[in-house]
Amino acid sequence: MLSVQQVTGGYAGAPVVKNISFEVEKGELFGILGPNGSGKTTILKMLSGILPHKSGDILIKGKNLSQYTPKELAKIIAVLPQHSSQAFSYTVKETVSLGRYAHQKGWFQSWSSKDEEAVNRVMEQTGISHFQDYDIQQLSGGERQRVFLAQALAQEPEILLLDEPTNHLDLSYQKELLDLLSVWSKDCGLTVISIFHDLNLAGLYCDRLLLLENGEVNINHVPNEVLKEGRIREVYRTKIEKLPHPRVPAPQMVLVPQRSQAESQSVKRIDRSSLEVKEDLLVLRSPFPLKTMSSGVTGSGTGWNRIFLNRHVSKNYDCSDHRAEMADFVREIGFEPGETVGMMTAVYVEDYSSKFYEDGTFSVYVVVTAGVGNAVDASKSEAHSYHLTPGTINTWVFVNGNLTEEAFIQCIMTATEAKTRALYDQKVKDAVTGTIATGTSTDSIMIAATQQGENLEYAGTITPLGKVVGKGVYECTVEAIKKSQRRIKR
Amino acid sequence: MQKQYIRTYLNNKFLAYITAAAFLLFAILMGISIGTVSVHPMTIIRVISAELFPFISLENTDAMHSNIIMNIRLPRVLLAGLVGASLAIAGAAFQGLLRNPLADPYTIGVSSGASLGAVLTLFLGLSIPFAGMFTLPLFSILFSFLTIFAVLLFARKIERSMKVETIILTGIIFSSFLGALISLMIALTGEELRQIIGWLLGSVSMRGWAYIKIIIPFFVLGAILLLVNSKELNAMSFGEEKAQHIGVDVQKRKMMVLIAGSILTGAAVAVSGTIGFVGLVIPHLTRLLWGPDHRHLLPLSILMGAGFLIIADLVSRTIIAPTELPIGVITAIIGAPAFAIILIKRKNKL
Repeated sequence: MLSVQQVTGGYAGAPVVKNISFEVEKGELFGILGPNGSGKTTILKMLSGILPHKSGDILIKGKNLSQYTPKELAKIIAVLPQHSSQAFSYTVKETVSLGRYAHQKGWFQSWSSKDEEAVNRVMEQTGISHFQDYDIQQLSGGERQRVFLAQALAQEPEILLLDEPTNHLDLSYQKELLDLLSVWSKDCGLTVISIFHDLNLAGLYCDRLLLLENGEVNINHVPNEVLKEGRIREVYRTKIEKLPHPRVPAPQMVLVPQRSQAESQSVKRIDRSSLEVKEDLLVLRSPFPLKTMSSGVTGSGTGWNRIFLNRHVSKNYDCSDHRAEMADFVREIGFEPGETVGMMTAVYVEDYSSKFYEDGTFSVYVVVTAGVGNAVDASKSEAHSYHLTPGTINTWVFVNGNLTEEAFIQCIMTATEAKTRALYDQKVKDAVTGTIATGTSTDSIMIAATQQGENLEYAGTITPLGKVVGKGVYECTVEAIKKSQRRIKR
Repeated sequence: MQKQYIRTYLNNKFLAYITAAAFLLFAILMGISIGTVSVHPMTIIRVISAELFPFISLENTDAMHSNIIMNIRLPRVLLAGLVGASLAIAGAAFQGLLRNPLADPYTIGVSSGASLGAVLTLFLGLSIPFAGMFTLPLFSILFSFLTIFAVLLFARKIERSMKVETIILTGIIFSSFLGALISLMIALTGEELRQIIGWLLGSVSMRGWAYIKIIIPFFVLGAILLLVNSKELNAMSFGEEKAQHIGVDVQKRKMMVLIAGSILTGAAVAVSGTIGFVGLVIPHLTRLLWGPDHRHLLPLSILMGAGFLIIADLVSRTIIAPTELPIGVITAIIGAPAFAIILIKRKNKL
């Protein structure tokens, strides 16, 4: 459809783009990325014929760009620039109708029913029909952008060039516009070439990405190959991290802000002093958010949290929506569910056990409450009927260190293994099967890390962190089980 | 379906043309009727009809009236109308092309260029062989064209995006410079060129039919050139890049518009001197009334501009009769405040 071959050019003086080649197939959604000044807009201007190129060839449908008359070209390529100026107050429909210019023939260029149909169709598609008689100067930036999109579509182009089309749009219009472009490219075979500022949007919607660096092609490949942490960091010269998108298989890049001097110098840590024991409630307040991975009732999964609650509820606690009830409870006692990891237990929380361990460069604080009334042998759990009662062994591990994702997962494994060993040593039995239990039916665990100080890459059982976590969870669990059993005997 | 569409479309604008034409007709009748000797409108219609259709007899008509109408007032009114029409359509086109509601032949310095061309022709006694009486307008047109070209080049040098204010400022610089050159030439010559000052202030009095013959071919040529570019002007008023994206051959069309604008301005200045602000006020008013679509804006500006200048001329020769004011004074008194209002409105919008 479009082929760029060794093109060099730009404004007077030094060329902005150097020796660039790429091909775009029909129906592709092709994204152009690059830092400011890397030549994105220059390329787009060359493709639309506004800016002549010094050397190389631009072929459109196999024919050299310079061999097209402006009208012929306008029937193939339409452009939606970043800014469209409007000096006079044309109506929306007049503005869109201008897009039919190239299709009108003869001296008087009469308006045909086909033109009228096309204009009405594109106004419908872009959702601007209802304000077609408005003055474009009265519209908001987003609405105006849609009017100019309709104008471009009225050209009935085969290729649509866009320069940061989502620039002035709020979130919902960004998505709407890109969804539309995606549909048109897939269903109608429209070839879309667009400059993107937002790497994440580009990654979500584009079939292929061209990454420019200093006017040269860095890479031209599928989004997953282009959006690699190392590459983006190098080209954009900034700190970013890559994450998986929660719903679709597309990479997402996030910026990492620079910490202020004061913040990075004062290394704070979590220890005994942060824990408050109230009636029926353990509260640990962190002075700053911790990165957590947990199976709590609120704040479960991965996130950043500041408040950690372990709440005693009666053994007969039964609630159809325990998550909502817990969130209400958190709010009631004056915390925000959005920054709180909350757990429940039928155990009296005064029987908690906590220990602080220091290992040179890092430290770990473990808090456990344990009751073994619902003890289960995981290997024989099919003998149990499913019934959700409040969790009875709740394990918190606070790490004063900087953990990788792997370390978080290994922490969970190590802690779980240590807990199982504690139950074994205490000879806690599964009441149904009569075998040694491995845990209880509703245990919860949370690993929280300050993400400051020592980098801890792994937390397997024989790594320095793993050793401390294993030991701590074992000791605390044993102590907590003993405490709660003592209370039962009394 | 297609026919029906065209009909409804025309109906929308039909009223606009009727109104503008009625205004022009009213202005013509008033212009001929009012003066030291007033002539009844019916007499005017009879006299002109008799002139056009010889079979209508001129009974009961005073020969003096007939003489006043045909030899004094009608040519004067027609000349004022043609000059007004030329300046208004040229202004409308410049405004569209430059995306600038403040542009007009006067504010961007083209009128001054045309004047310099005319004065230079008289000063040096130039004459193009075979061009005869067209020598003066041809030089005016040439200088208009050179001036607008220089203004645009200069404005682009200052600032690539050519903001509205930059073009106006450049126009003012050029106007003062060219005005100084004209003053210099007047100072260098003797008495006979001093009378040019009156002409420079702008006037359509005592010109007669000869001047109408001079301006008509240029008016027709310039107006046609602009009218066939009305769609392109619509596109270019969204910016040159946008126009090119839509399929307009911008370089060619821009040149056509600039040449046509220069022809209209040059010829108007050649016959009547510099009359400011017609090209500013009329397109602006027309756009306010009937929208910015150049397919209608241009023809409507012709009708409105012609009517406006006829009325302005009428005011200039009757307001403190028997003294006659230069017509440029009247248009400037109306035009300069209008210019200020447009400028303020634009600023508030930004």
